[in-house]
Amino acid sequence: MNDLSTSSQITYRAVPIRPGVIRRIRGLSDQALAWLFITPTIVLLLAINIFPLVWTIYLSFTNYRANRPNAPTLWLGTDWYQSILTDPDIWAAMQVTAHFVVWTVLIETVLGFGLAFLIDKKFRGHGLWTTIILLPMMLSPAVVGNFWTFLYQPQIGLFNYVVAFFTGRGASSFQMLGDVTLSPWAIVIVDAWMWTPYVMLICLAGLRSIPDYIYEAAEVDRASNWRQFWSITLPMALPFIMLAVLFRGIENFKMFDMVNLLTGGGPGSTTEVASITLKRAAFESWRTGYSSAFAIILFVTVFGLANIYVKALNRVKSR
Amino acid sequence: MSMAGPTVRESVMKQTVNALLTTCGVLASALGVGVGTTPAHAQAKTITLCWAAWDPANALVELSKDFTAKTGVGMKFEFVPWTNYADRFLNELNSHGSLCDLIIGDSQWIGGAAENGQYVKLNDFFKKEGISMDDYMPATVVGYSEWPKNSPNYWALPAMGDAVGWTYRKDWFARPEIQADFKAKYGRDLAVPKTLDELRDIAKFFQGREIDGKKVYGASIYTERGSEGITMGVSNYLYDYGFQYQDPKKPYSMDGFVNSPGAVKGLEAYKELYKCCTPPGASNSYMSEGLDAFKSGQVALQMNFFAFFPGLYKDPNVGGDKIGFFSNPAGAATQATQLGGQGISVVSYSKNQAEALQYIKWFSGGDVQKKWWALGGYSCAKSVLNDPGFPNSAPFAGEFLKSMGMVVDFWAEPSYAQLLQAEQKRVHDYVVADKGTAQEALDGLVKDWKAIFKEEGKKF
Repeated sequence: MNDLSTSSQITYRAVPIRPGVIRRIRGLSDQALAWLFITPTIVLLLAINIFPLVWTIYLSFTNYRANRPNAPTLWLGTDWYQSILTDPDIWAAMQVTAHFVVWTVLIETVLGFGLAFLIDKKFRGHGLWTTIILLPMMLSPAVVGNFWTFLYQPQIGLFNYVVAFFTGRGASSFQMLGDVTLSPWAIVIVDAWMWTPYVMLICLAGLRSIPDYIYEAAEVDRASNWRQFWSITLPMALPFIMLAVLFRGIENFKMFDMVNLLTGGGPGSTTEVASITLKRAAFESWRTGYSSAFAIILFVTVFGLANIYVKALNRVKSR
Repeated sequence: MSMAGPTVRESVMKQTVNALLTTCGVLASALGVGVGTTPAHAQAKTITLCWAAWDPANALVELSKDFTAKTGVGMKFEFVPWTNYADRFLNELNSHGSLCDLIIGDSQWIGGAAENGQYVKLNDFFKKEGISMDDYMPATVVGYSEWPKNSPNYWALPAMGDAVGWTYRKDWFARPEIQADFKAKYGRDLAVPKTLDELRDIAKFFQGREIDGKKVYGASIYTERGSEGITMGVSNYLYDYGFQYQDPKKPYSMDGFVNSPGAVKGLEAYKELYKCCTPPGASNSYMSEGLDAFKSGQVALQMNFFAFFPGLYKDPNVGGDKIGFFSNPAGAATQATQLGGQGISVVSYSKNQAEALQYIKWFSGGDVQKKWWALGGYSCAKSVLNDPGFPNSAPFAGEFLKSMGMVVDFWAEPSYAQLLQAEQKRVHDYVVADKGTAQEALDGLVKDWKAIFKEEGKKF
């Protein structure tokens, strides 16, 4: 009570603002105020995004090496671009990347949508199962890479024993990571295991967004389950599926950590995806100019493909 | 109220200030930062030594305690596993980092580190302190200290001598039934191989054999792709079959030397050994995988650096009487082996160069070198290696001495990392991934190396 009575006695006094200050703030146009607010963001973007990009583009035309900052920097024009685009090793790395991206995205989409479709049906323990399915994507790629290396170990690895159990061949008779034919599939399996839940999650959001009344109307029209799936479920979930494909496609195009841990690009160069080639050029050989040009080529490729894809996605959404 | 208020506030303030001062005092004394309380023997400075994480590094930690005791300079250590060692420390040097005051850098780094000003040149320091390179094994001086090679320009003190050698299961070799079986098959006694052909026969003989109810394999060899593994392994075969990095009379001229008919045979022989006689899943093996395979009793033979041999000899399962050691056997052309080991350098970006140099001076001492060997490090000092008792001082000492007399090293050029990557790719593609022929692999390697040297502005 005492406190309240004390506070009620507080009197407020207007602080006089100098007329000059009012004039200056009043003098600012809406546009100027807008600039005032967005300038810090723009400065930050320029410093950490645009400047490095422009600098990388500049370096890609030079012979610059980060480990020899005192050496003279020569302007090479488009030499690096020409040499990269005509290098069979680079094209081999791009093929490995394409194989990895296409198969992982395909498998993850099919399995992810399938799982989402099943999880969408209410059943007992469905929450628990959803959590269990989501576990792999919550792990660090470093952890996943290391423990799959053990799972694939021909003498003690569980994977080989499971395959041996079902096929009858010896567990040590094949090696997933050391075999030229099997190693590209070994990394696809691990990526699919880890990221299918992510696709499932996005597809599940799509399925849950379909209003029930559409299915009810279809039931009234005596549409079969199969017809409902093709005419309602799939078209309405398609934008979400396409979004998941876009995310996984971009992510896997620049895949590095897991492949590096599982195979290091081997055997030979069988699983050497583009990002591993880039890392070796940039941080092992220190060919900064060359690797900048390669990074720009990869960036333009992903950016171009993603743009085409987003246009297609918008077309599907507007239907 | 007006009188009582300030008195209470003052006493509370006093108590608070006293509590704060007491807390600060306790904290300061706990952290040892109290002014005037530093004991006379407290460490003046602490320096950081960077190296790989392996057995000899532990020996160096033990050894360095004497340095701290003698000088009062504290030692910190930054040890990184071999597979990340080059990446981590070359990044550190290239970014002018001052994490390492001292670095035990790989022998191949010396060209780049010297030319890029990353290591302190030690000539004046050696002269001033009376440290002579004549007191060290010539191969280690050339390999670990000099740049350009064979010139009196020193960038490191030879610290850890090393080379690739082999271990074998002495207990298996000694079993009468195995001896008899081997003699029946090959018409000679099962003994330490003198040639690479004999080694292959032994590996073939053990491959898939059952010993004590367990399936065992022939040999563990280097096949690692990511860093330097397969190059460090295949070199032992290439050298023995006549491979040379360049024309001795015409530097950087590689045609007919890197891809000579002998070198091609050497590469084919290495692939044959990999295909016939290694454990399943050995497509990416380096030092630690080799140790695992040998320690778990999987293999009869193991290729690895001598640095690991003291630890292996002490191993309760496969050490002692069960293990034997031998240097790389001879090939069709000669007997040579891949140099390992490192020199110790002062990093130019270090803020503690005086203390780092003090460490190098201390490390070069005769007694310190003797203790270094006794603890499990491999001294490069003649005073240790030329001691008449040295060959018998450890079961592997004699073979080490023999190996150090026939070592060959990889390029130590500033572009070594690029040169190494090219060989890793070409050799792994052929040996493990079955791409092309040995001739194509080595021809491709010459092409890659020429392109790298051309980019470097070398004339050949």
